[in-house]
Amino acid sequence: MTSYQAVMAQRNEIMRQSVGIDYRKYATGVLAFDYEALMADTGYDLERVRQVQQRTAVGDTPLVELKNLTRLLRLFSKPGYGARLFVKDEAANPSGSFKDRRASLSVFEAKRRGYPGVIAATSGNYGAAIASQAAKAGLRCIIVQEAFDSRGIAQPEIAEKTRACEAYGAEVMRLSVGPELFYQFLKLLKETGYFNASLYTPYSIQGIETLGYELARQVREQEHVYPDAVVVTHAGGGNLTGTARGLLKVGANETEVIAASVDLSGLHMASDHDFNRKSFTTGHTGFSLPFTTWPDRADVPRNAARALRYMNRFVTVTQGEVFYITQALAELEGLERGPAGNTSLAAAFVIAQQLRQDRIVVVQETEYTGAGKHPLAQLNLAKRMGIAISRGDPKTSKPGQSIVIPETPAQLDVVDVDLQRVRRSYLQHALQSEDKEAKLTEADYTFLAEETRLDITNVKEICDEFIGQAR
Amino acid sequence: MSERIEAGVWVEIHDIVLEAGERAPQVPEDTARIPLEMRVKGFLSEPAELGGEAEIVTAAGRRLRGKLVDVNPAYRHGFGPPIPELSTIGRELRTLLGQREISDD
Repeated sequence: MTSYQAVMAQRNEIMRQSVGIDYRKYATGVLAFDYEALMADTGYDLERVRQVQQRTAVGDTPLVELKNLTRLLRLFSKPGYGARLFVKDEAANPSGSFKDRRASLSVFEAKRRGYPGVIAATSGNYGAAIASQAAKAGLRCIIVQEAFDSRGIAQPEIAEKTRACEAYGAEVMRLSVGPELFYQFLKLLKETGYFNASLYTPYSIQGIETLGYELARQVREQEHVYPDAVVVTHAGGGNLTGTARGLLKVGANETEVIAASVDLSGLHMASDHDFNRKSFTTGHTGFSLPFTTWPDRADVPRNAARALRYMNRFVTVTQGEVFYITQALAELEGLERGPAGNTSLAAAFVIAQQLRQDRIVVVQETEYTGAGKHPLAQLNLAKRMGIAISRGDPKTSKPGQSIVIPETPAQLDVVDVDLQRVRRSYLQHALQSEDKEAKLTEADYTFLAEETRLDITNVKEICDEFIGQAR
Repeated sequence: MSERIEAGVWVEIHDIVLEAGERAPQVPEDTARIPLEMRVKGFLSEPAELGGEAEIVTAAGRRLRGKLVDVNPAYRHGFGPPIPELSTIGRELRTLLGQREISDD
């Protein structure tokens, strides 16, 4: 039986075989599970992760102070304001992004456990990272991409990832638009017996902890303090979770962790029509909002990326602002980097203006750029799809219809996502995910409080409210 | 007459994974109306005709069948022409920072 429903029904069994983790044993309540035990059971500590990554030249990327952008943002700050801006140049990793950190541990573990190959479902940088790591490890590799619409038009950024994965010797299965990519992914796991190099296993998240660790250490060594804020491009939650965990492990407990996503509200992520009407394939609200409010929608039973636990603030920026700052980074700092990774830079440019001059804001990644993964390619696609491109106030832009590139740095802004609403939405999803008759235990409420950073009383009140509404 | 392609040539095949009526229940209406398509590249395992049924061996060593749609498929993504809305940003920012404008020399 290979019908959609039949394959989906085997989901849990296929997952168990393909990641070698029995998630059931971590259950501590109706919906609670022991997150730290899940993470600890990988057997890797931070030092061991660093050793694994150093074997393939992953990590230890430069921290660069963006002095010209700092000068620029101070022109628009109140007197005494305008924090120093730094960037962790993750494009220096072997396949050109921080995703090498995520891939390295997964592939190392796949090899150690004797899997013949690895599979990942990803249209972004992670595919190239897995393919690169698999090439070095001598493992076979299949990358499954959502790549083109029903007219056969590929997103330029994804087309570039197809090329990169093939350059590393991977098989690339390109699919048209739709969430059934997951169905095809399950069928492949079952057929091949390969390791599921999911973005959301504990290995993938532990791989990113070194990023938070390194950047805190680098700032500390240079400036004798930890950074005041770290801005993270936020999509599925792994980047934020791993970075924040790394910061905590090094002792940077006071550092504010700020999520930044491109606002793509109004575009449907499973719509064939909307697919090529977005310039960004990741780092946008189409992923970040669903994954923050319900992380366990991932391709593993329990997502090790649990961003809401670590997030102090969550902001959105527009596509036009990201293109603008990408151009500024190239022309003022001499760093030509891919636009998606600059989402956090666009936000940091504004956040730094809100902090005093002696403060330090770190943008925690860059990604490589090139044909397809470039503002020119993405804006040319937008024009082809009938999206209006103009200079003006980015606030007037509408995702899928217009991209407005600021006329002056003064027009760059961030929109705060109401975290209280996000937390309520998380709790609503959590309650919906379980059997209506199941009664939540104290362990569940404690878990939900940890997940949402609310106190238990507050969690209970909100849960009671939703349960009342359901009746 | 269709073109005959020799075994061992790097090609792309196309197949339908799910027909329009078989799509997942949660997909929006525009997506539900169309099939889920698949394209994979590999080396042709037997001679085949362009547009006909073919079998490939993928980079991962899997044998897959589908309609032969492309031979030695090109990577067509690029940069395209410069975008005028981006072209002047650098000049504007350098002016703001009081740096000398090269073109004004």
